Amino acid sequence: MSHVGTPSDIFDDDLLAAIRDTALTAARDAGCSHAEVRVERIRSQWIRLRDARLESAADDTEIGVGVRVVREGSIGFAASVALTTDEVRHVVDQAVNAARVTAFAATTRVELAPEPSHGEVDWRSEYDTDPVEVPLVDKVELLAAWSAGLLAAPVISHTMASVLAVTEDTYFADLSGTVATQRRVRLHPQVEALALDEVGGGFETMRTLAPPVGRGWEYLGGDGWDWATELAAMPELLAEKIAAPTVEGGEMDLVIDPTNLWLTIHESIGHATELDRAMGYEAAYAGTSFATFDKLGTLRYGSPVMHVTGDRTTPHGLATVAIDHEGVAAQSFDLVRDGTLVGYQLDRAIAAATGFDRSNGCAYADSPLHIPIQRMANVSLQPAEGEGPTTADLIAGVRNGLYIEGDKSWSIDMQRHNFQFTGQRFFRIVDGKLAGQVRDVAYQASTTEFWGAMEAVGGRSTYRLGGAFNCGKGQPGQVAPVSHGCPSVLVRGVRVLNTLAESGR
Amino acid sequence: MSPRLRPEAMAPAQAVIDEAMARAKGECAVLVEEISEAEVRFANNTMTTNGVRRDRRVTVVAFAPVDGGTAAGTARAGGTVDIAELVAAAEADAAASPAAEDAFELVEGTVDDDYGLAPGGTDLLVLEGVLSHLGGTFERAEAAERTIAGFAEHQLSTTYLATSSGVRRRHAQGTGALHLVARSAGGARSTWTGSGTADFSDVSVDVAEERLVRQLGWAARRVELPAGRYETILPPAAMADLMAALYFAAAGQDAEDGRTAFSGPNGGTRVGEVLAPLPLRLWSDPRAAGLGCAPFLATGTSGSDVSVFDNGLELEVTDWIESGRLEHLRYHRAGAARSDVPATPPIDNLVLELPGTTQNVEDLVAATGRGLLLTCLWYIREVDPATMLQTGLTRDGVYLVEDGEVVGAVNNFRFNESPVDLLARAVDVSRSERTLGREFGEWLNRAEMPAVRVLDFNMSSVSPAS
Repeated sequence: MSHVGTPSDIFDDDLLAAIRDTALTAARDAGCSHAEVRVERIRSQWIRLRDARLESAADDTEIGVGVRVVREGSIGFAASVALTTDEVRHVVDQAVNAARVTAFAATTRVELAPEPSHGEVDWRSEYDTDPVEVPLVDKVELLAAWSAGLLAAPVISHTMASVLAVTEDTYFADLSGTVATQRRVRLHPQVEALALDEVGGGFETMRTLAPPVGRGWEYLGGDGWDWATELAAMPELLAEKIAAPTVEGGEMDLVIDPTNLWLTIHESIGHATELDRAMGYEAAYAGTSFATFDKLGTLRYGSPVMHVTGDRTTPHGLATVAIDHEGVAAQSFDLVRDGTLVGYQLDRAIAAATGFDRSNGCAYADSPLHIPIQRMANVSLQPAEGEGPTTADLIAGVRNGLYIEGDKSWSIDMQRHNFQFTGQRFFRIVDGKLAGQVRDVAYQASTTEFWGAMEAVGGRSTYRLGGAFNCGKGQPGQVAPVSHGCPSVLVRGVRVLNTLAESGR
Repeated sequence: MSPRLRPEAMAPAQAVIDEAMARAKGECAVLVEEISEAEVRFANNTMTTNGVRRDRRVTVVAFAPVDGGTAAGTARAGGTVDIAELVAAAEADAAASPAAEDAFELVEGTVDDDYGLAPGGTDLLVLEGVLSHLGGTFERAEAAERTIAGFAEHQLSTTYLATSSGVRRRHAQGTGALHLVARSAGGARSTWTGSGTADFSDVSVDVAEERLVRQLGWAARRVELPAGRYETILPPAAMADLMAALYFAAAGQDAEDGRTAFSGPNGGTRVGEVLAPLPLRLWSDPRAAGLGCAPFLATGTSGSDVSVFDNGLELEVTDWIESGRLEHLRYHRAGAARSDVPATPPIDNLVLELPGTTQNVEDLVAATGRGLLLTCLWYIREVDPATMLQTGLTRDGVYLVEDGEVVGAVNNFRFNESPVDLLARAVDVSRSERTLGREFGEWLNRAEMPAVRVLDFNMSSVSPAS
């Protein structure tokens, strides 16, 4: 008689123990040097309101078991949504078979960097209220009230309000003896308002700058973000934006707010310091990196004020966890120190292939049905030592430039050199003071030139955590949540484009 | 012969549906997706990761009468599902929701003859042809000092849809892709080829390898060019991505709200407007030869152009653009009724063609005095929805054409261009072929596209990436 599992009893201890023992015993018997089994339940809820009326709501529970093995220097992965010991035995057979058949074409042996057993680990991220447990009606009412408040403003024609809430339960066990049970909770609320341009035609939008976070439903009540103040300010800011002059392109100095800069960090530092990319393992899809391994310790990434860390430990960080999907304990490490490249994000295979003693814990799979690959840690730019400089102090140092808030459009090339970003709000800076918004702005730069032109970083008082739920990598495609902390910064002489001119208008 | 899914692992899809129907207190739709996948990945002339998986998603959409109309609630779960729990969750969501804006009478029942059949499966055997050739491809690459990276995947999905209004539909389809990248030693030169396929019977690693070798050869001579507007031939893979961006932005309700490039004045749309001087046709058809996809709508989530109330709706050939004129935007039935247009929900394939043209990509090259021939585009993101301006990069091979011949490879560029504007500026179009967009092929695998020549493609800046 085989054990049968359903979503409501996935974390039944007997079932998990049976799946673990079945998988690890079968893998050991098949001659695997490494095996890990991961059972996950990922509950999520997506809600979207258009003009204060519910447009879509869906609850989802993803469930399954994945087994990865290393056998005779070859990797195999297989998975199933059927949680029975019979099916797990079959999954192990498939994983072993995958390792065997792909070995014929392999020219290199795969090794994993060693990791000690962490024994039994029980961990959950920091949150008060599991958002998946909050009644739908309460969520819809809150978003409807926010939307109605915005729609009451004459300038606002339409609104979109959405929340994506995820509660991720993971049970992990490997042959070395680590058994980890972990829960991560995260939320991504967004509200966008649209204003029609009655004079010039066209439209402008403005979205809340509140980041996605590793928090519970209390986040929408104001724990970690001042929603009331942000929503109250939006109509006037949007009215100013829709009436704003179009930007005059050219080279100028930028003061960039953390609500915009996190994404520039993500694209130009986060992905560029993934060692699997730098070694060519993502050449067919996500791309490679200009920060190649031979430049470790010498590459001038940016100015001396640039200190970037990677971690899987920041409270409320979207990549924060205790044990990664290869059984490696969470760590914190330097990537760029005093402007020089000093580290990479690693998983166990890439660590072993490049001579590191140990992975720094960056393996993740977005589903029990996907193989873990190297994914991004919380990659953060560190602030100046004291509370200052403030954002106003940085603005005071600019004669002719822009102050940029909020992320919008983003794109970077496959080696992470050439990037282009837009934003939610662009304020002109004239002689050290803000001088109203401008429209149609994009900034374009090359990674090392941009960070090399970073003259100053703000102090701790300007430091904020931004982030995303939807970082894409790997084939088949996987998405990962990740946070990026940073202060406001001052960057000199960046190329600013007028997007209307770019479209030939 | 394709492998079978192990039937003993879970109750059959039809039984799951019957149980959900029996437990539902009111009207409902039940969707079961049986998914079987196998893939291999490789890089640096060796195998890297792989995977074989069995997935099942059960979606219950419950409809409930509420104040002012009908509400819908959706609950979805994977694997061996507790049906009672799932139905209860969907019904609770429906009861807690306001009347749906997209409410509509459920689609009248149609029963497919093959509804009772079990799902098919796939496994690594489907990729045997790929795997057996890769060893040789890696050996030749090593000898020629180039590295190969890539990915081959195959999915077999079977969708079962049932509604309380009598719909019993089944659709099975295979979806596959092969990507290959070749880079010279040190990575200074690189090139790509990709194909979409239903079953890998029409995919050859040897043919792909020949193409890679030819294109890497073109890059033996390197020419540096500055940013600027260039005469450019966009190959089918690049057009697939640009047209996917256009297709994804073609929701009628969004246009009426005034938030897209298809918005007209005063809450109207641009339907009826001529977008392109050439008689181009952009269309979808679930029965298109070689691009077959589900001929009925099946969704667990409503949006501005799809509705859970439309589950089971027959999908028909739809012209989005015909003779260069914008013909239809994407609407669910409720939105279409409000706007007095036909219901034209999204369909999972896309064809752009210039009817009657016979020339191929090589003919476009041969007719070019001086211009650029691209391989594919990458990291395409919307910059300005009002103009549909997209930014992105050229990737893995920009070739210089002089006097009708490729004479070398050029550096990469960042572009800023609107796909709507490109249709208006197309001067030359080849016949269409099955292709795979590098960026959006993951979401829109089934595409047939032509190569298109424009005289002034906006290369906004140089990218040093190679």
